[in-house]
Amino acid sequence: MKLVTAIIKPFKLEDVKNALEGVGVRGMTVSEGSGFGRQGGHTEVYRGAEYTVDLVPKVRVEVLIDSDRLDEVLAAVTDAAHTGKIGDGKVWVTPVEEVVRVRTGERGAEAL
Amino acid sequence: MESALNSGDTAWMLTAAAMVMLMIPGLAFFYGGMVRSKSVLNMLMMVMGATFIVGVLWVIFGYSMTFGSDIGGVIGDPTEFLGLESLMADDPEATLPIMAFVAFQGMFACLTVGLIAGAIPDRTKYNGWLVFGAIWAVLVYFPVAHWVWASGGWIFEMGVIDFAGGTAVHINAGAAALALAIVVGKRAGWPRTPMRPHNLTMVMIGAGLLWFGWFGFNAGSELAADNASAIVFVNTFAATCAAAIGWLIVEKLRDGHMTTLGAASGIVAGLVAITPACSAVSPVGALIVGVLAGVICALAVSLKYRFGYDDSLDVVGVHLVGGLVGTLLIGVLATDLAPAGVNGLLYGGGAEQLGKQAIGAFSVMAYSFAVALIIGLILKAAGIMRVTHDDELSGVDLVEHAESAYELGEAGSGGHFAGIGAGAARRDREEI
Repeated sequence: MKLVTAIIKPFKLEDVKNALEGVGVRGMTVSEGSGFGRQGGHTEVYRGAEYTVDLVPKVRVEVLIDSDRLDEVLAAVTDAAHTGKIGDGKVWVTPVEEVVRVRTGERGAEAL
Repeated sequence: MESALNSGDTAWMLTAAAMVMLMIPGLAFFYGGMVRSKSVLNMLMMVMGATFIVGVLWVIFGYSMTFGSDIGGVIGDPTEFLGLESLMADDPEATLPIMAFVAFQGMFACLTVGLIAGAIPDRTKYNGWLVFGAIWAVLVYFPVAHWVWASGGWIFEMGVIDFAGGTAVHINAGAAALALAIVVGKRAGWPRTPMRPHNLTMVMIGAGLLWFGWFGFNAGSELAADNASAIVFVNTFAATCAAAIGWLIVEKLRDGHMTTLGAASGIVAGLVAITPACSAVSPVGALIVGVLAGVICALAVSLKYRFGYDDSLDVVGVHLVGGLVGTLLIGVLATDLAPAGVNGLLYGGGAEQLGKQAIGAFSVMAYSFAVALIIGLILKAAGIMRVTHDDELSGVDLVEHAESAYELGEAGSGGHFAGIGAGAARRDREEI
């Protein structure tokens, strides 16, 4: 089992969610976050003053999947989140040892 | 003996006084939305606290200092109406009860002190602010209001037109704000860190309440429900709309967006500028005063970055600059068709009125700035002006008031009830 974590642009959340549902992912956790990558934030003008904003708003999407569906899920996320512009985000994969469904006590792939 | 009381005037003045009172929470919300979420309660408390204190001073001797018998053109006799008791008798010849005037003017005093707070949020000790507000009211507001509005006051006698407080309220508060911003110093991280308003909805609600109350402020300054008060009302409305447009155009051209903060600021800039001029110009004149105030104030709020003073909520850029714009434009745009009955430069009145307006405006500015600077420096030396760096980062709401405006954590803080009174939690912990 794998945990796929995607950091995406907030306005891409709907597309990514639909794409994941399209490849059969049946649950996800979404949280708002902020940070910066290689682009190092951006500048903003407000009330006549220019600011460097280091931490840019992002959305973090986390999904637990079966290992054999990894490529399919990665393709769905990256396609949906892609704009080609700086700040599109990152996706990474973490191995998962165990998953338990709280309601039933099912474990492993059954619990996904 | 039959009373000469005019019930229409009396009803309007009591209403107008209550409308000006509503400007105080309006100002608190306008400012409160502009600060960061960790300072909003402190901001509300600074404005309200100034009102509590100045309200008490007003009753005891403030009114008397302002409108008591003139002493040398600079001050009213503070003992004449001490405690206001001598004003309670029903004067059969008065068309307006003197207490209605006392109430109306008292609200002005409270609001003016509150205006200053916008220059120093996020970092000022609450007790230091209250002490400053009290001293500034006594040494600056009461005397300056006497100069400008009381019979015998030197600016009044010179013939300067300040219908509702361009000099006495806005230039006065704006100059003090500049002095305090310099004395208290920059917020930690300013100007590098963006410190955007935390709640623009609140800012616009505040601006709306200010706008509503301002009709009482300006049209009430006629002290009667008559033709002039209605002209003043329309001028106040006209200038405000034009100023908001002026501010938004500057923003669109300069920054690329018309912002909510810009609209709210433009509203206040227009109201400030028309305040002294509302009885002296025509409705078209009011539109010109408004649009110029909107444009000039929108440009003026950038000055703090150039000169390096952290006037956090632009009290200088809006109130000092807006007050100057309105006060000086009277000398240009005044028409004798308006209630004040004076012609400015453009209406063939020559430069005489403009000269008087400039002397009045710059005198008040210099006096208020100098005295505020001295009071501020003394309080700073006494160590009651600014919170510590760590406390500033934690937030003045928590440090100064033991509260936070937005308790949003659903999981709570994990505490439990320990008993009543300070120290209960400590005793509870010791028992465990």
